[in-house]
Amino acid sequence: MEDDAPVIYGLEFQARALTPQTAETDAIRFLVGTQSLRYDNQIHIIDFDDENNIINKNVLLHQVGEIWHISTSPADKGVLATCYNKTSDTKVMTCAAVWRMPKELESGSHESPDDSSSNTQTLELLCHLDNTAHGNMACVMWEPMGDGKKIISLADNNILLWDLQESSAKAVLSSSTALEGKGQLKFTSGRWSPHHNCTQIATANDTTVRGWDTRSMRQIYCIENAHGQLVRDLDFNPNKQYYLASCGDDCKVKFWDTRNVTEPVKTLEEHSHWVWNVRYNHSHDQLILTGSSDSRVILSNMVSISSEPFGHMVDDDELSDQEDQHQEEKIKEPLQDSVIATYEEHEDSVYAVEWSSADPWLFASLSYDGRLVINRVPRALKYHILL
Amino acid sequence: MAAATAGSGAGSGAAGSPEATGGSTGGGGWRRPHGPLQRYYGPSTAEAAEAPPDPTDINGPHFDPEVFMTKVRSECPLGQLLAREATLSREIRALDSDMQTLLYENYNKFISATDTIRKMKVDFRHMEAEMDDLAANMAAISASSARVSAALQDRHRRGAQLAGVQALLRKLQALVEVPGRLRRWAGTEPARALRCHARARAVLRHYRHLPSFRAIEDESHAIMAELAQRLRTRLRCVHPEPADECVEMLLQLEEPAEELSEEFLSQAGARLEAELAALEAELPTADPSGTATTPPPPASDILDFVDRGSSAFVGTLCQLGRLEPFAAALATRYFALLERRLALERGLGDTSLLVRALDRFHRRLRALLELLPTGADAAAALVARAARERVDRYLRALQTFFLGCLGDVRQALAAPRPPGKEGPGLPDLLATLAASVLGQLKAVLAYVQLFTARDVAFASLPYFKFWGVTLREGLVVAFVRWLCRTARGFADGPAERGAPAAPPALLLLLARLCLDYENSTISYILTLTDEQFPPQDSGPAVTPGPALCAEARAAAQRLLDHYVQVQGAAVAQMLRKSVETRDWLGTVEPRNVRAVMKRVVEDITAIDVQVGQLFEEGVRRAQSSDSSRRAFSVYSSSRAPGRYAPSYTPRSAPVQHATWTPSLRPRAMYACCPLPQVSVLTGIIKISLKTLLECVRLRTLGRFGLQQVQVDGHYLQLYLWRFASDERVVQGLLDEVAASAAHRCLDPVPMEHSVVELICERG
Repeated sequence: MEDDAPVIYGLEFQARALTPQTAETDAIRFLVGTQSLRYDNQIHIIDFDDENNIINKNVLLHQVGEIWHISTSPADKGVLATCYNKTSDTKVMTCAAVWRMPKELESGSHESPDDSSSNTQTLELLCHLDNTAHGNMACVMWEPMGDGKKIISLADNNILLWDLQESSAKAVLSSSTALEGKGQLKFTSGRWSPHHNCTQIATANDTTVRGWDTRSMRQIYCIENAHGQLVRDLDFNPNKQYYLASCGDDCKVKFWDTRNVTEPVKTLEEHSHWVWNVRYNHSHDQLILTGSSDSRVILSNMVSISSEPFGHMVDDDELSDQEDQHQEEKIKEPLQDSVIATYEEHEDSVYAVEWSSADPWLFASLSYDGRLVINRVPRALKYHILL
Repeated sequence: MAAATAGSGAGSGAAGSPEATGGSTGGGGWRRPHGPLQRYYGPSTAEAAEAPPDPTDINGPHFDPEVFMTKVRSECPLGQLLAREATLSREIRALDSDMQTLLYENYNKFISATDTIRKMKVDFRHMEAEMDDLAANMAAISASSARVSAALQDRHRRGAQLAGVQALLRKLQALVEVPGRLRRWAGTEPARALRCHARARAVLRHYRHLPSFRAIEDESHAIMAELAQRLRTRLRCVHPEPADECVEMLLQLEEPAEELSEEFLSQAGARLEAELAALEAELPTADPSGTATTPPPPASDILDFVDRGSSAFVGTLCQLGRLEPFAAALATRYFALLERRLALERGLGDTSLLVRALDRFHRRLRALLELLPTGADAAAALVARAARERVDRYLRALQTFFLGCLGDVRQALAAPRPPGKEGPGLPDLLATLAASVLGQLKAVLAYVQLFTARDVAFASLPYFKFWGVTLREGLVVAFVRWLCRTARGFADGPAERGAPAAPPALLLLLARLCLDYENSTISYILTLTDEQFPPQDSGPAVTPGPALCAEARAAAQRLLDHYVQVQGAAVAQMLRKSVETRDWLGTVEPRNVRAVMKRVVEDITAIDVQVGQLFEEGVRRAQSSDSSRRAFSVYSSSRAPGRYAPSYTPRSAPVQHATWTPSLRPRAMYACCPLPQVSVLTGIIKISLKTLLECVRLRTLGRFGLQQVQVDGHYLQLYLWRFASDERVVQGLLDEVAASAAHRCLDPVPMEHSVVELICERG
């Protein structure tokens, strides 16, 4: 049972921003934002045809500046938000805006590749997130599983909650809060929790991870010195509330129970340089994906702290449907935490890894040199989890 | 039948041939000699059970000449018949001559037998007459003897009577004297009095109906009662020695045994109690809550304690030997007290004293222990426990000592140094640390050797048979293990959150220490131990030296990795802050190398010096020609060349660095670095430069910003290449920084190389 070879796609520009098309649940589609100071920046819509192992791309122009962060609406396939650098001769400002892509690109590509290169299309601007008073935008988060009307952006030391009105044509700042403290505080990243009715977010600044309640805009927990050095990214366990993963410059990935912030539940030390990205699989939360500037992507199996610590549980009704004879086979040994695979297709620092929103066994990673690699979870493991 | 007899007599060979020709069964080999015997004693069942009688068997009992003849005649050819006839006639002739010989021999014997019988007849007739004479004489003798005895009988009876009277009179005399004797001895020799009384008692009792005897008996009774009284007081009095004697005598006086034993035991018990109490008084009161402050030092030393316990208590106890449960209970209490006293030996004090005390305890107790088998085990266990406890205490003391040394080292490292004056160098600290720890270990080994000294009696206990193994595992191996663990602890533990991290120099020092242990110290210590305590062949398995070495090596490796991480992170942090906080877009044209770069070079130089003090250099790639640019000799002179050089050969260093080429990313950034100095430095530099690269990529630069990065990069290259194992590593990373900076630059106009060089020279 050979695993499929990874599929590699190269962009002409350097790139840091990668996101799956969240609202799309059928087709495997990723969006990549490029970084170029001298040319028009682009958003590549990468369609992956799983059956034929073929990549189709569509390119949208993003002329306002280089993209540092990109995210897509969970409700509307055509809506996305970017954080981009606006540069003048003396100043760099990171702004954020919500965009709509052309209708025909929303779901799949119908064009031939040679056509797209000559005839690139442009994004339609829906609204700017006005940050003149708040500083540089670090990232934009959509309310998970929401109707695509609420977004939160992190700007320097501010958390801004926006309401998108008039079909996203207008962004109204509904509430905000600022992190006060000594020195220049700056959020580096954040994540919106899918639990607790989507009322919590977590942010990272320097070595600290903080949790916030979006209703009161108050801090609810704080993990001081979560990492020895800068915290780069966070992610919530989609199936287990209170569980949070973080990664940072100390090369570690840590798993936290936010109810007890004194000690991490688990620590991974597999990378040999900064870990830029950590992502839980959306359905099987034992699968953890991390990307690092040691150019590696590591897929780990953290069974012991997942929502399925003893493998796939067989439901009672499921059992009654099947014959009882299968019952014995279903009882398995508790699995060990382990590194499943280390992917070394990249030659430069990997700044982004993402699971596909459509296929839980597929993920993409993006390195600075513009190489996008699509990989799958090894089949043996996939069947082990499923069966 | 004639042929059969002849066959049994002489011609067995002749008898065999017809059988052989007759084709008889092959199993006759052993049966043949038995055949005639069996026939003699009657036909056996086996014979009867055999096949029907064969009339043609010439040796068989059913031989029928007619049948045989007809058979032979009808079956055999003429030639064979003739041959048979010749054989038969030859056999008959032989048999005849044999018969004649036998006849002659037997005839001679018969003749001589007849002669003998005739001679005997004549002799017997002669003898009969003599016998008659003898009988007559005997009768005469017996008659005269009867006459003599009858004459003497009367006199003899009177003599006997007289002797009886005399004996009786002597006895009476003795009886009369009994009271006097009793009185004389009762005071001084009660035992003799008792013996005397015992002899007289039965007689007196028998004749008590005679008044004179009654008087004697009463008198002696009175004396004996008095004696009993005296004995009882003596028993009760504190002086213990002949207590059992007293009891014995009292028993002879027919005092009630129950009461006596009660009294005796209570006496002995009270005395033993008093002794135990005296012993206990020396121990500090046991604090039930266990929160006592340090107990006052015991009043007397352990030897004294045991000495007193042995002489007084054990002595008394020996007398009680027979009363097993009673004595056992008391002995248990004594052991408990001794154990408590031993527990008080908290300090390391004088081991020889302890050994002597234990030895004395063991010796004294041996007598008692023959009576109390359970006590023997308990005592042996007690000695073993005390010894084991002592070893554990030594281990703890060693550990405390080591931690103390480490504390000193930390303090020496942290102590502020007056400028210009060098503090103690790392090699000195290391040497001091290693030497003092080793010295302490040796001293401890010497102490514990006392336990197996030749003159120590308990050394022969089964427990001490494997004393060497116990020491090796419980003391030496445990200490080395603990040392490695502790060292690793500095790398694994507190770096996480909170808790002050160990200073990097300490990490380095410990790494070197572990490495030294791996290389030489462990094997040295183990050899030393084995020499002092020769290993037993049959002993339990011991931890092999290589396993310990591997542990030490792993600890050293872990510490060095951690050192690289800590130092790398420190430098990286500095670089990251400097890149993040600068406005790269609006910066002015660079005129100087940024101060932070100088700082980085200074720090790395300091690290190099630090590492160089403890580790040999390792392999560097060929250096470029302009190495004269800097007074490099400063470092090499401070490096104490050759000090540790022979102890280590660089491992896999070339392999490690071969993985780096500018096109390959630094995969092994933090990965385990091989040990020599140069790899440590390479690791730190890699971490630093990679950080610079990542940080620059996060910024947007103006033209002058790019130029500043250019200047900084050149400066770093000038001063860092010499520390790396392969200067291409530095070069490659710096190239990448420059490329990234150019990419992130809005107006990429690089500075002229000559200008860059000029600025760097000036800086």
